[in-house]
Amino acid sequence: MTSKLIKAPAYWAKDAIWPGIVAIGPMLPGTLAFGMAFGALCAQKQFSLAEVEVMMAFVYGGLSQFVAVQAWPDHLTASSIATLALLTLTVNIRFGLMSASLRSWFGTLPRWQSYPSMLLVTDGGWLAATRYRDHGGANAWFFVGGGLVLYFLWLVAAIPGYVLAEQLADPRKYGVDLAMPAFYAAMLVPAWKGLRRAIPWGVAGIVALGVHWLVPGWWFIIIGAISGAVSAGLMQPDDTAREPLHG
Amino acid sequence: MADVLRSDVMLAFAVMTAVTVAARLGGFWLMSYVPVTPRVRRMLDALPGSIIVAAALPVAVNGGPVVMFAILAAIAATIVSRNDFIAVIVGMAVAAAARAAGFGG
Repeated sequence: MTSKLIKAPAYWAKDAIWPGIVAIGPMLPGTLAFGMAFGALCAQKQFSLAEVEVMMAFVYGGLSQFVAVQAWPDHLTASSIATLALLTLTVNIRFGLMSASLRSWFGTLPRWQSYPSMLLVTDGGWLAATRYRDHGGANAWFFVGGGLVLYFLWLVAAIPGYVLAEQLADPRKYGVDLAMPAFYAAMLVPAWKGLRRAIPWGVAGIVALGVHWLVPGWWFIIIGAISGAVSAGLMQPDDTAREPLHG
Repeated sequence: MADVLRSDVMLAFAVMTAVTVAARLGGFWLMSYVPVTPRVRRMLDALPGSIIVAAALPVAVNGGPVVMFAILAAIAATIVSRNDFIAVIVGMAVAAAARAAGFGG
């Protein structure tokens, strides 16, 4: 059996706020650029700035907002709203996997603290917090501090984009579409713990590519991610897997 | 302006918000009923890399050579510099430069 380090229960101490913000620092330019590009897109699609801000504040899922606004119908009907809801669900259901993995950490907190914290789950904030937790961290402020900064940056980022819509019409010119994939790729490198531990990633990638080919929409994210996790569960435990302290 | 906040748009946003909140809270809630056996532990450990690869790989393959090359550049920058910030800047800069030089994708 793999003897896993028993990780400490969650607690709140303010000394993790700054390290949490530093950890999501690399996300900030990408989040700003992504939010600006979204604001520009919304201006082209004739949303009012107030509407854009409501969407930023409440939906709070960058990729799902992009996908929904690009697919926005000319006239909203019950069925077109249901289509938007399904689209949003397929893009955002990965947040459920992320919050599930935070249970072992935030589950020790009172519910009135843990559930609101989960509203801050984003790709970048969760990845940074997961890395911190892997190194034995337990301070809840690390995740919440970084998550709040990402949230407020996201709120303001759309405004300059909306105002400057003309100049930002083609965000690809500035490589903005690479901000998220490049950050993901950067997070994979330190997560690399040998070929064996990467087999589930390969499964996730192959399944996601296959689903992407065969099924329209965004199902490939959740189906690929679950396939990778399940394959890890089916593999024999790796007795030699010890996490090195120095990578 | 009369239609600063159109009611049908607000309704669509409300539904999208409900779905997203349910996803964020639902996974956390469900895990209170799942005992974390060693098998579940291994599944959770594999989750971060699996989500990243599943979300990014089809987009990268679909994005064409410029996107794939920019992602490889970002990975190389991470290995060399061990700095996420530099990796993001390198990825964006490589894509922007390649497109400015006339490469499609």
